[in-house]
Amino acid sequence: MLFNRSDWMAPFDELRREVDRLFEGFGRRWDGGLFEPAFPAVNVWEDDENLYAEAEVPGVKREDLEVYTVGDELTIKGRREPCSDEKVSYHRRERGTGEFTRIVTLPAEVKADEVEATYRDGVLTVRMPKAESARPKRITVKAS
Amino acid sequence: MAETAIRKREGEVSRVEHTRDRWTYCPNVDILEKDDELLVLADVPGVKAEDLDVEYENGLLTIHGKVEPRQDEEKTRFLRCEYGVGDFYRTFRIGEGIDHSRIHAELKNGVMELHLPKTDQVKPRKITVKVQ
Repeated sequence: MLFNRSDWMAPFDELRREVDRLFEGFGRRWDGGLFEPAFPAVNVWEDDENLYAEAEVPGVKREDLEVYTVGDELTIKGRREPCSDEKVSYHRRERGTGEFTRIVTLPAEVKADEVEATYRDGVLTVRMPKAESARPKRITVKAS
Repeated sequence: MAETAIRKREGEVSRVEHTRDRWTYCPNVDILEKDDELLVLADVPGVKAEDLDVEYENGLLTIHGKVEPRQDEEKTRFLRCEYGVGDFYRTFRIGEGIDHSRIHAELKNGVMELHLPKTDQVKPRKITVKVQ
């Protein structure tokens, strides 16, 4: 996340980017290049009953998206087709294409058969009910 | 692999400041030239059609997609936060020869397709070479 900053901050931005770039690959699986950030970026949050994961995958068709959960692992697979028109010249090409796979380890096991995924406006949201063993249980404190 | 390029470009934020106190991201774009139009493709995940503003004035093309937070950022218990959610904003200076009246845009799966039709003067014309 970044703010709109004034110009005098620019060198610091540059430094921050360099540092980010250096540490981006840390703690990740060795499934990509060392400093290649994993795609798609994933946000995960929870409430008492569910874990939720969200990823931005613009331009991917719904039928080209695959979501799997096994135990405490969530896998998101997909592909984005390149422009099929051959008779074009590119002035800019910043949007990548091709296949991607992302595996995220969740903090708890989930009930794989009750997972729901929705895809809207290029945003994938996955709701994963936590396995019974992972739900918080209130323990009554007895008076002795 | 295309992994890096589909990501949001967090490092590049527009120079124009907004009154809304929100994060602003620079969408990744492709700009393609065809015989009869320029085509701008921009990744704007989470933007709904009614929240996408595209303006073309004096050769300056402005893309502004408003994105409301999808979760309550204060209350949500985030366990992993790899990207931020906020508006998309980017401007381009587009050369002469665009037919303003026929500019149109579509939004599909979080990608904006903006068609900038060329005026007739700048369209390539095939010249027939006569054999003498």
